[in-house]
Amino acid sequence: MQSQRVWLLGFWASPFVQRVKWALKLKGVEYEYIEEDLFDKSSLLLKLNPVQKLVPVLVHNRKPISESILILEYIDEVWKQNPLLPHDPYERAQARFWAKFAEEKVRESTWDALCSRGEEREKAVKSSIEALEKFEEELKLKGTKFFGGETIGFVDLVAGFISYQLPVFEEVGSMKILDSSKFPATFDWIYNFLNHPVIKDDLPAKDLMFDYYAKRSKEISDEKDSCRNA
Amino acid sequence: MAGEGVKLLGYWASPFALRVRSALKLKGIEYEYQEEDLGNKSPLLLQGNPVYKKVPVLLHKGKSISESLVILEYIDEVWKHNPLLPEDPYERARSRFWAKFVDEKCVPALVGVITKVGEELEKSAREAREHLKTLESGLDGKRCFGGTKIGFADVAIAWIAYWVRMEQEAFKIQLIDQQNMPLLAAWIDYVLEDPVMKEFMPPYDKLVKHTRDLREKLTAVVSN
Repeated sequence: MQSQRVWLLGFWASPFVQRVKWALKLKGVEYEYIEEDLFDKSSLLLKLNPVQKLVPVLVHNRKPISESILILEYIDEVWKQNPLLPHDPYERAQARFWAKFAEEKVRESTWDALCSRGEEREKAVKSSIEALEKFEEELKLKGTKFFGGETIGFVDLVAGFISYQLPVFEEVGSMKILDSSKFPATFDWIYNFLNHPVIKDDLPAKDLMFDYYAKRSKEISDEKDSCRNA
Repeated sequence: MAGEGVKLLGYWASPFALRVRSALKLKGIEYEYQEEDLGNKSPLLLQGNPVYKKVPVLLHKGKSISESLVILEYIDEVWKHNPLLPEDPYERARSRFWAKFVDEKCVPALVGVITKVGEELEKSAREAREHLKTLESGLDGKRCFGGTKIGFADVAIAWIAYWVRMEQEAFKIQLIDQQNMPLLAAWIDYVLEDPVMKEFMPPYDKLVKHTRDLREKLTAVVSN
């Protein structure tokens, strides 16, 4: 593994990996991609990320960096062209805040909704909608094309899963979370995001995502039910 | 050093507020501290952090910043002397990684020790021990997470030193011991002796009582 080269260990369906791919593409950084089988992890992955044993892992100068949001910060610090974070410290703090929010409040609750049933699912759907309402409010306040302003930035990449993965979750779970009449600013943002040249040509196939998440949704919900009944 | 109207909204028992106080002290930044009554939050808090309505909130130049690790990064970027984060991007990523690890893994397990009973409590204690053992690997054989001197990760994680000791005493459980985690045990001693780190640690007995009361309240709810 040559030291200057950049490697990315990933999984095709992972929204965390997707964020990193977009960031590298926006910066014009060439890299080699290694697809991991998350259900049969390679010794390389276990060596490079012994703590979490998860993708993505970025390897640069022979050193591994894990955690997608931290990888984005690393990429922004090493390759300074097309900055992901704004220049001003207050604006940077806002971006970090909303990226954390998108990850912890929006994505986690939509995942919980996908992987649960009955009352638990209803509760998670409600949490997702509440979180998205705050996101919508912030987008309206900003009034710009993207969260990052007129160009794509840090928060857009972290929140990007909303644009292409959430609709798949909704379909798999027959759930209605993102109602276009209630989230006009979010829908505008989704449209702008999905039509961005870096984003639109680099998304996992919808039908493959549907099959994968339908399977995962059932597996995880079944597991939860059997733990409860044990 | 005048902080141009810096104000911090905090709570005496909050480890997240503690982080920010330690960081401001390390940088020598003067600020006004406002203790919040969490049962009766001030309008300043509700306006400053409308999304979560939680402490800490840093107010600076008429703007508010929330989320303790976000605040630490802000402080480091505005006041560039005595840097908290290292200069090298890889080392910065490592510092951020361990701070995040503590929040995502150690905090829920340590909270579980307070809020659970019986088998569930045992499980939380076990998880806490596992995560603390993993945390030890982050020291990488060094004296502290920042290397030779206290840095971002130490400031973010230092409260654990105090809380773990407190929970061990309050609930008579073993979380860290000299034999299993010698490096982490040494780091805990180091951090608890540091004058800046220990300045804002809450009064020990008060914290023990506060945690025991909290546990009584929460486990009574669970058993009812």
